[in-house]
Amino acid sequence: MLQRTIPMLILSASGLILILAYFSPVTVVWSDTVVGWFNILAGVAFVLGAGNLLAVNLEKISARRPGWAYAAITLASFGAMLVVGLGKWGAVPNPSFPDVHLAGDQDSTQSAYGWVYEYVLSPLTATMFAMLAFYVASAAFRAFRAKNIESILLLGTAFIILLAQVAAGAFLTNWIPEDRWYSFVRAEQLKEIILNVFQTSGMRAILIGIALGTAATSLRLILGIDRSALSKG
Amino acid sequence: MQQRKEQLPPGFRGFLVRLGRIDRRWIYLAVAVAIGVPMLAELRLPEVPEKKARATFEAIESIPEGSIVLLSFDYDPASEAELEPMANAMVHHCASKGHRIVFMALWPLGKQMADKTIDSVLKYYHPDKVEGVDYAQLGFKTGNEGVIKLLANSIDGAYTTDAAGTAISEIPLLANVRSVGDFKLVASISAGYPGAQQWVQYADSAMPEAFKLVGGTTGVQSSQLLPYFPTQMEGMLIAVKGAAEYETLVTEKYPVTESPERLGIGRERMGPQLVAHLLIIALIVLGNISMLAARGLKGGAR
Amino acid sequence: MAVLFAMWIGASVVMADAVVAAGVTSAAAVAAAPMPPAAEDVLLEDVPEDAGGALSVRWRTPDPSVSAGAVIERRATDAERAKDPNLLWVEVARLGKDAVALQQSAHVLSELSNSEPTRVRVSIIGTDGELSEFVESEPLTPSVTIFSLSRLPLFIVVLVVSMAVLGWVVAARMGASTRIRRIAALEAVDEAVGRATEMGRTVLFVPGIQDMNDIQTIAGITVLGRVAKTAAEYDARLEVPTCRSIVMTAAREAVQSAHLAAGRPETYSEGNINYITDEQFGYVAYLSGQMTREKPAACFYMGAFYAESLVLAENGNSIGAIQIAGTAEPSQLPFFVAACDYTLIGEEFFAASAYLSGERDQLGSIKGQDVGKALAIGSILVGATLLTAGALLPDSVVGGRLGFLGNVIRAFFGG
Repeated sequence: MLQRTIPMLILSASGLILILAYFSPVTVVWSDTVVGWFNILAGVAFVLGAGNLLAVNLEKISARRPGWAYAAITLASFGAMLVVGLGKWGAVPNPSFPDVHLAGDQDSTQSAYGWVYEYVLSPLTATMFAMLAFYVASAAFRAFRAKNIESILLLGTAFIILLAQVAAGAFLTNWIPEDRWYSFVRAEQLKEIILNVFQTSGMRAILIGIALGTAATSLRLILGIDRSALSKG
Repeated sequence: MQQRKEQLPPGFRGFLVRLGRIDRRWIYLAVAVAIGVPMLAELRLPEVPEKKARATFEAIESIPEGSIVLLSFDYDPASEAELEPMANAMVHHCASKGHRIVFMALWPLGKQMADKTIDSVLKYYHPDKVEGVDYAQLGFKTGNEGVIKLLANSIDGAYTTDAAGTAISEIPLLANVRSVGDFKLVASISAGYPGAQQWVQYADSAMPEAFKLVGGTTGVQSSQLLPYFPTQMEGMLIAVKGAAEYETLVTEKYPVTESPERLGIGRERMGPQLVAHLLIIALIVLGNISMLAARGLKGGAR
Repeated sequence: MAVLFAMWIGASVVMADAVVAAGVTSAAAVAAAPMPPAAEDVLLEDVPEDAGGALSVRWRTPDPSVSAGAVIERRATDAERAKDPNLLWVEVARLGKDAVALQQSAHVLSELSNSEPTRVRVSIIGTDGELSEFVESEPLTPSVTIFSLSRLPLFIVVLVVSMAVLGWVVAARMGASTRIRRIAALEAVDEAVGRATEMGRTVLFVPGIQDMNDIQTIAGITVLGRVAKTAAEYDARLEVPTCRSIVMTAAREAVQSAHLAAGRPETYSEGNINYITDEQFGYVAYLSGQMTREKPAACFYMGAFYAESLVLAENGNSIGAIQIAGTAEPSQLPFFVAACDYTLIGEEFFAASAYLSGERDQLGSIKGQDVGKALAIGSILVGATLLTAGALLPDSVVGGRLGFLGNVIRAFFGG
């Protein structure tokens, strides 16, 4: 009973305070407190997460489960970054406190932490993002099939945007004069029309739906109508 | 997963049907070739600047020479490929026009992105520019849109020092800058939240007449920003295409002789993009032909 | 006694002022530098629509070229003077050259008392560091805003939508119809989990990359409860790698209670729900590797997703998994729609929890939500029609009035 009632009360009170603070400046300090509590909890929970990461990977290594070598690499990287980051290896001294090592700055690549960030994490992040190019092509190949009127419209729109986004659009339609009534069929103008009219209006409709959905879900949670997020009990 | 064996028609029709079920790794290979070859061959195509790029160029051109502008680098390495070209061109444009630039970042790695542009463009093409007088690097500040709200009230509310630790009050460039309203132009080059949208919501809406706002954005994010152009955002650069058009405008008016490739990254990347787009169109057409060929077959292509 | 004490305080104030003035004068005399012109028109203004405690000081700097900054002092409060009777003025800001670079200057003072008037005085710092005479402002007490009037329209909208939701909840309890359309993505949950069971493979559930303070993550966790219950009933293995520690804890509780509800508490294993990393692409790398190695038969993506949406969905597609996604990130919806079998689009995702619960109260709240939608559609239609009529008939009286009404609606919604 208590396991469910107390979290429910905390949820309702926090939710109401956050809404109230938007309309009543005098209560902003309460909402700051609520947000502060969340940040503290998230900080403490990070220790929980790190502990879980250690436990899972150590178990994998000790049981020699498939992929245990990856677990070992994960733990080694985790430990190395922890030591390097907390120890501030190679940190650039703070001009105001040159003798205090821990006041140093780790932003530049002179520090070990900054070096790993710049030369290991950044390229890895960019690589993962770049993989999207391959996935976009294979998804487009599979998904864009002219099965009915709607998908034909989608296909046509995709072609216009794909062509207008590169020099091919200008190459194909630049012969159309800009000052005639039919100039809207020039690739760049068609693209503008599609983006500004059809896409923007569709996007706004989806956003209005999302906003209302968010409001209704929040209301269900605050009033305790939906208790599924508080699963215990 | 067990696949039910299926009789394919012989000859060309069978080939077309099989094409629709091609292993995706062949598609990946085709993409790699479509991007790699034009990149190595340095395929470059002329870019015709469109409305948004021209508006961005005009916004920076129209403010008086020597104005102080704020450039917010709201992206990280993941979207560097898409946004770095426009950042480089914008810094060269502002510096060539004689504007003084204040750099800042709402993303943790945005400061490094700005440092990179300062090194490769500002210090390279404009070695006469002095830090603290012609430009200042405020660095990253945590707090997302909260930082913008603070800047709307006062600069020292958000930043007490610049990235190097110099007190804001000791930076000559910022002597006459009290809040974001004292900048003539604000540009946010952004890959998402927090970014250009938050600059519109919290800075532009607070003082719509005080400064011009321009935004650079990734292709995916552009749909959320389009409603703000041209009322709230006077200029907008969308992805590499926008950068390439803007580069064309900037280098036409402010050409560089040494290492022009640093201000041509956008146009350089449009070559591979053109081929990749054509490849995707070809793939879509092939997929549809294959679907038509498979029509009538039992368990035909989906 | 009290009167005597007050007289003594008053006398000491006068004396101290005289001493300060003398000090300033003598310092100026010793330095023999020209004293900068004193600030003019020192004025206190209330900061509007705040929680009180803040005032804006405005003044005019007569000659910015000989001014290097400004000092603002506040009259000590009663409480401060009770502690230190000699304290008359408290320096609250010493501003640099930027503050006086233009003739009109302003500075916001915060943490002031809301219960007694504040009085400030401003002095200009000369280029040699000497101070001008202090110029005092009129006293002013910061005002406290209980309700922000500029947000009244939004408050009315919130109230209407909330009342509509509550009204429909009550109506549903009283027996009103709560039928809502079939959502194919949610109907497919049983099929997806059942297929994983048949194939002896795992079910992968990804609750997005945001923390529990994002409503999408909460919506994702509620769907997880339903997926976990079905998985427990079918005895399928459900894996939930998370991007945030708190989400891991919430997911564990959701899955545990789902096993309890399914009558299979013994099959719950905490080890299947793990924290991976907060780093977006690190998390994606793990998920991609996991999918390629373990080949789950069903993949659920429910929560807030960004650039990783297509990476995940394409990986899932390549291993032939049934994929069901749900997100309220508009920019990622096209990717999920293209690569997944079913997608919950925006509000459908938020309705999922109510839909899956089948409870009348919750279903009623979805109906109430539609009132908000009708309000939005009605406002758009009426506003757009009025403004269009105004634009088409700019010179006629009718057109002007219609346009005016349209602008009123636009202004109400903050346009």
